[in-house]
Amino acid sequence: MSIDAVDRRIIAATQGGLAFEAAPYAVVADRLGLSEAEVIDRLASMQARGVIRRIGAAPNHYALGLTANGMTVWDVDDAVAVVLGEKVGALDDVSHAYLRPRNLPQWPYNLFAMVHGTTRAEVEEKRARIAVLLGEACRTHDVLYSTRILKKTGLRLVEGDR
Amino acid sequence: MKRKAAHELDATNRRILNALQEGFPLVPRPYAAAAAELGLTEAALIGRLKAMRESGVITRFGPFFDAAALGGAFCLCTMAVPEERFEAVAEAVNARPEVAHNYARAHQLNMWFVLATETPDRIEAAASAIEAGTGIPVLRFPKLHEFFIGFRVAA
Repeated sequence: MSIDAVDRRIIAATQGGLAFEAAPYAVVADRLGLSEAEVIDRLASMQARGVIRRIGAAPNHYALGLTANGMTVWDVDDAVAVVLGEKVGALDDVSHAYLRPRNLPQWPYNLFAMVHGTTRAEVEEKRARIAVLLGEACRTHDVLYSTRILKKTGLRLVEGDR
Repeated sequence: MKRKAAHELDATNRRILNALQEGFPLVPRPYAAAAAELGLTEAALIGRLKAMRESGVITRFGPFFDAAALGGAFCLCTMAVPEERFEAVAEAVNARPEVAHNYARAHQLNMWFVLATETPDRIEAAASAIEAGTGIPVLRFPKLHEFFIGFRVAA
């Protein structure tokens, strides 16, 4: 999934978002001294290669009323963690799922799955569904609710070539 | 910034949000193409998206990049911060540019933040610097495996 210097310039120019103008790719092209067609082709190529995951809107969870945000954490048998993680990640209610190293004895959990809901009760229901899905492969689990956003900045790529 | 509750979104904005979380067209007039699918005019779609962006209903509109593909390094980190020191430690952690986001969570490990750097060695340097500056151990949880997600919020 390599990206070249021109790709990097396009990424830097679009990571803050597209212009709300009729021809947003032409706006990017003008700024970078490229043709509109090249910008579109390169974005399409980056999407095909997985560098771009999607193009569209990121709704604010809180603005949509999804104010309960629980990081559910699970101690899943390593032998089946990838297979079960795929199933957890595929659930509609899960926005992110990762395997991470345990940190024993303080932290026995290796599967992290972020769950959103309008209330904590709703998050608990979703957590219960994950518990059923994991079954006996899960030894113990917990949920950590966020109580405050202390800092939030988007991913920022340094402008220019590295 | 004014935050609109879900019930304040009208049916058209809900349709827009449900339709445009992915698949925005890569054509010269993408808003016109997307608007046609939604039965709206290009100007109406642009106006509604702009208003939702300004009111904070949409946090960003555009391409979402795979962070790893950009060559960056990321690590989820956590600390158990004594309550009486929480604000000061939050300030010190947030002041570091490597800290992309930081959440308070209800747990003994009460501060969870993501370090984002251009190279993996800078993750270690940033985590060590936070430990040195605060005297509190930083547990590192690098990603071992990511499950690709088709998550869409229903508006």
